[in-house]
Formats: sequence, C-alpha cells, structure tokens
Amino acid sequence: MKKIEATIKPFKLEEVKNALIELGIEGMTVTEVKGFGRQKGQTEIYRGSEYTVDFLPKVKIEVVVADGLLDVAVEAVVKAAKTGKIGDGKVFVSAVEATIRIRTGETGEQAV
Amino acid sequence: MRIHIRKLALLAMAGTLYLTAGGSAVRADNTDPTAAPPAIEATPAPAPAAAPAPTDAAAPAATLPPAAADAAAPAATPPPAPPDSVGYPPGANAGTVTDLAWPIPADASSVNPDGKNKVTTDELIQNVAHNKISINLVWTLITGFLVMFMQAGFALVETGLTRAKNAAHVMATNFMIYGLGMLGFWICGFAFMFGNYANGPVPIGWQPSLGQGLMLLNQGWTVTIAGHPFGLLGLKGFFLNPSVFDTAVFCLFLFQMVFMDTTATIPTGGMAERWNFKHFVVYGFWIGMLPYAIYGNWVWGGGWLAQLGQNFALGHGAVDFAGSGVVHLCGGVICLAGAWAIGPRLGKYDKNGKPRAMPGHDVPMVMLGTFILAFGWFGFNPGSTLAGTDGRIAIVAVNTMLAGAAASVGTLITMYRVNGKPDPTMLCNGLLAGLVAITAPCAFVNPLGAVIIGFIAGVIVVFSVFFWEKRGIDDCVGAISVHGVNGLWGVLSVGIFANGSYGAGWGGVHKLFKDGAWTIINNDAAPATLKQFAELTGTGPTGGWTDVGVTGILGQLFGAPAGDATQLVAQVINALVCIVFVFAFSMLFFKISNIFVPIRSKREDEIEGLDVPEMGVEAYPDFPTTDKTSPAVN
Repeated sequence: MKKIEATIKPFKLEEVKNALIELGIEGMTVTEVKGFGRQKGQTEIYRGSEYTVDFLPKVKIEVVVADGLLDVAVEAVVKAAKTGKIGDGKVFVSAVEATIRIRTGETGEQAV
Repeated sequence: MRIHIRKLALLAMAGTLYLTAGGSAVRADNTDPTAAPPAIEATPAPAPAAAPAPTDAAAPAATLPPAAADAAAPAATPPPAPPDSVGYPPGANAGTVTDLAWPIPADASSVNPDGKNKVTTDELIQNVAHNKISINLVWTLITGFLVMFMQAGFALVETGLTRAKNAAHVMATNFMIYGLGMLGFWICGFAFMFGNYANGPVPIGWQPSLGQGLMLLNQGWTVTIAGHPFGLLGLKGFFLNPSVFDTAVFCLFLFQMVFMDTTATIPTGGMAERWNFKHFVVYGFWIGMLPYAIYGNWVWGGGWLAQLGQNFALGHGAVDFAGSGVVHLCGGVICLAGAWAIGPRLGKYDKNGKPRAMPGHDVPMVMLGTFILAFGWFGFNPGSTLAGTDGRIAIVAVNTMLAGAAASVGTLITMYRVNGKPDPTMLCNGLLAGLVAITAPCAFVNPLGAVIIGFIAGVIVVFSVFFWEKRGIDDCVGAISVHGVNGLWGVLSVGIFANGSYGAGWGGVHKLFKDGAWTIINNDAAPATLKQFAELTGTGPTGGWTDVGVTGILGQLFGAPAGDATQLVAQVINALVCIVFVFAFSMLFFKISNIFVPIRSKREDEIEGLDVPEMGVEAYPDFPTTDKTSPAVN
C-alpha cells in the first residue's frame, strides 16, 4: 500500500476528488494548510508598514491506495490539480506499513 | 458674578419672549423685562368632530369659550373643526382644553357661567412651556442613547483591527470602560465638569433648554485675576446627590456621561494587545473622574476657556459644539501618552526600528463598527443642541453626514495615490476622521465648509497614521490620528470656516456688525446692557446692527458679513491648553500608576495571546486561530 500526499491549490479540491473517485478510490483525508515553494508570497503595505505574506493557503489530500492503483492515481491527481501556473503544488508518495479499518477490524489491502 | 447671572435668569423668566438656546432671536419690540407678561388671547380651540354640539352644557369635551365677558378681545368665530374624520385615524388630532387642565386641576372657579371649563392664561403658558421642555428632554435623551450605542461601534472597530488571540481582551476593555467610566463620572467627574454650569457665560436672554433645574448647578471654584474670572472647576453634584435632584440635571448627566465614555474608549484602541487589564481598571476610574472633567469644565462647564471671549475679546471664547476638542482631541492625547508610556507591541518594530505590519483579524467587523459609529454620530452632533426645539439640528445633522462622506472619499483618493490600494481599514479611519473633525464646527459652517473640512480630514488621517507608526508609537487602530490629530483640526476649523449663521451670543459675547464695523456687547446681566443691546439690534436711530454668530477667519467666504480672526486665536489657545494639560496629566498618571499596578501585560502572556491568561476565556474557542499575522518577537 502506498500513501499519496498531494498539496494543491484549494480551488482544485473538487476536481481532484472527482478524478480519484472515478478510479474507484473510496476515501481520502483533506486538511487545510499553508505553504510556499518557489512561489514566494507578495509584499503588501498595511497602514504604512510593509508585510510579506509568505505562506499561502493550500489543501493537502492524503489517500492510501493499493500498489496496483498507485501510478494511475498519481497521474489523475497531477492532471486534475494542474493549472500550469506557479504554485500548483507537489505530490509525495510513501510506503504504508499497515492499514486497519476501525469498524470491522479488517487489515491490509482490504482495509484500504 | 454668580448673583448677577442668577438675577438675569429670574428677570428673563418674568415674562420676556423666550429666546432659543442658540440666542438667535433678537427682541425687536424692546420689551421692558420687568413688565407684566403680555396678555394672551385664548382663542377658541377647534372642537373634535365627534363631540356633542357645543351648546350642550353637560359635554365633557368642552371648548375654549369665545371671548368671555371679562376678556378684552371681541368674540371671534371658532375656526373650522379639524378633519379628524376625513382620512385620519381617530385621535390623530387629539387635544382639547381637557388635556390642558393638567397639571393644574380645574376647580370651581375655572368654570364659566355656562358650565364650560376655561383655560387661564397661566395654564396655557405652563402647558406650552412644559411641551417645549419636554421636547428638549426627549431629544437629548434619545440622542444620548444613540451615543451610548457608539460603545458597540468602538468595540467592533478596535477588536477587528487587532489579533484574534486578543479579541476577548480588547472587547472586555471596551465593554468595561462603559461601567468604570460611568461610575467615575458619577462619583465626581460630572460635578467637576458641570457643577458650576449655571454660572457660565451665556447669551442675553438664555434659558436652560432642559428646564430651570439646570440652574441648580451653581457651585464652583473660580479665581479672579486682574478683575477677570477664571472658572477652574465645578463643585456641585457629587454622586448626583439630592442637592441636584432634578430631571434636567439627570438628563444632562446622561448625555454628558456618554460623551465622556467616548473619550474614555479611545485609548483602549491605541493601547490594545499589551495592556494589563488590572491597570486598565484603574485607568477606567481615573478617566471618568478627572482629566476629561477638568478640561471639559474649562470649555463646556463655563470655565476659563469659555470665558476667553468675555475676558479677552477673543471671539466667543473657546467654541466646541459637540467635542472635537473636549472629547476627541482629549481622548487622542490621552491615547498618545498611554501608547508612549506602554510601549509598542512585541515584534512591532524590528532591530532597526522599522515598523512591521500586524494586520487585524476581522475587516468586516471593523466596517460594521464604523457604520455604528457613524449612526451614533447623529446623536453626538445634533444632540449637542440639547434642544429638539432648536431647528438647527437638521443643519448639524447634514453637515455631519457630509463631512464623514467627504472624508471617506478624501481617504480613498489619498490611499490610491500614496498606497496603491485602498485599504478598507484606512477608509474606515477616514470616515471617522471626518466625523471627528466636523464635531466642533458642525453647527457653525455651511455645507461647503463641512465638505472641505471632511475632505481635508480624510487626507490628514492617512499621513498621520504613517507618521506615528514611523516614530515608534504603536497605535493599533489609528486612534491618535483619527481622534487626536483630527480633533485638533476640528477645533481649528471653527476658527477658520464658521460663517456666523449660528451661535449669536455664544460665550456671553454678542458680536454686532454693521457697515463694516464690529461692536461687542458682553452679557453681564446688567439692565443697562440689555437696554443697549435692544437698542443696537432694534430699528431705532442707533439700531440696525446684526447679532452675528460664531465666525471664523475665512467666514466671509462662506457667508458671514466679515471674518473674525480673534475666534481662531481662541481656538488655538483651546487646542494648546488641551494638548499640554491633558498630555502632562496623562503621562503623570500612567507613570505613577505603573508603580502600583504594572501597565504592561506579562511578556509571555502577550505572546500567547491575552485572552486566556488575563480574561480566562478564548474569544473563538471553536475556531483554530493560527496567529499567522504575528511577526517574530525580537
């Protein structure tokens, strides 16, 4: 099982969610985060003083998939989240050691 | 001095025509004030259409008789009945002699031979006068309630401009200042400020608009220097004790108290986010009791700044209609002293002293608060006539409105030019700056003057905010700029733009103008003065002089017969006294009180957010607060 962590632009959430559902993925976790990469913040002037907004609002999607679905899921996320403009975000993939469904106690790929 | 004014008041009561609080009416008929009151012909009252025919002797809704046998006037035909039954709801034209029988109950001697009630002249006078006082009381109370609502406006503006982690604390200071300041004012602030109100310099024929009860406020401390009286303090009315128990006094107390609370709540904005709440409590009592009351006595309580006109021929003395100086400059100066004494917020200035932005957490809250303040200002300015019967209230209200609007546009244009983007929080400051600036001149300028004053205020406030920020004064909400700097602009504006159309006799100084020359008559309550005034303003051989109101140096451009430079001098003195006295007194207070109760919150509390450490609750427990706008703490 692999975990996909994708930090994307907030307004892209619906699209990415729909793309993953179409692949048969049945669940995901979403958190609201702040971040920056090479897209730096902007400098504004507030009541006479400069301030730089470094951190921009983003959304992080975490979804655990079976090994077989990994490549196709990553491709779907990237395609749905892409705008072509700076700040689109990143996808990280990591290995997952165990998965348990709390309600039934199922483990492994059945629980994903 | 005290006795003469008392005597004047009694003389005036004896039967002269009633002059409005603005002293605008001139008695053209030269009536001797000691003569008997003029006979008032009781004209027949219109009968309600539904009443039984007037010939019915048992009718309870009686009409006034056509001339009784002992009256001097010939019998007159009754006027047509009011159209009570034609499209108007029943009672819309209610009002008959039965209603006038109160408060003096009709007795047997007041019944005509034909069995109808008759109204005596005295009853009629009393009822008319009572209505006048009642209108004035209701007006002053309602406008006072509007000003009380401004506390909510201040609370929203200040909380919106500060960080979420301090929201409960900032709200609490704005909330408690209402009660703390009020108690301080009740204990001694009102007595110091208005205890000697009845002895202040007033126009010829002036009567207290809220009722003769205001004349109870007649004790104070006055020093005489070189023959001139300098009123320093009122000394009556502590704890609103029985010696001042009167509707008029209580009405005045309420109205003046909400003005005091406006001053009191200005520093809670500038000193926010690092003010130890326990010290704030001490401050709350102090401000209600002392600085505002003392300076206020000098301008509004009949004290020495108001007396500058009579003492030194400086215009009408210090003129401040609704408080650009007494309320806003005073509050702004206290805020400056406090912000300086308490120091900037942690992280506000970097190692090089360059200011960092610390954005507020709720812009819509700021704008809602600003509108509430603008609404309350319709109580603040027009209410300061203390008289609903003074038609000037409409002009005051419109001038107020125009100045606020012009100021917001002035700020808009300035922000686009200087900042590139029109920061909404600055637009709010702009509107308020215009309202502050028009507060002193609102009764004395024409609409063009109001727009100019407002527009300039909107420009000034932007540069002022940048100015204080750069100088190391951390004013979270721009209170010093909105209230202090523009309060100063408002005080000076009276001496620049006032056009003489209102305020004749203000400060006990009648400035008469004719053919390019001024004659000044000071109201010293002497009959000879009264006589001279009547002659000069009358149509006789020495007459034809116009009693001109408060006029500024550019007054002629706005409609005055001529400008008056001396008024500007009085305004400048007023402003300087306010700044110097209030600043010194405030610095003294903040420094000394800091020894007993630390003015500043603990460093770690300030970093965490004051809500939990000092207030025990979070303002927004359900919302994750990120504190992302807080800069690094050096």
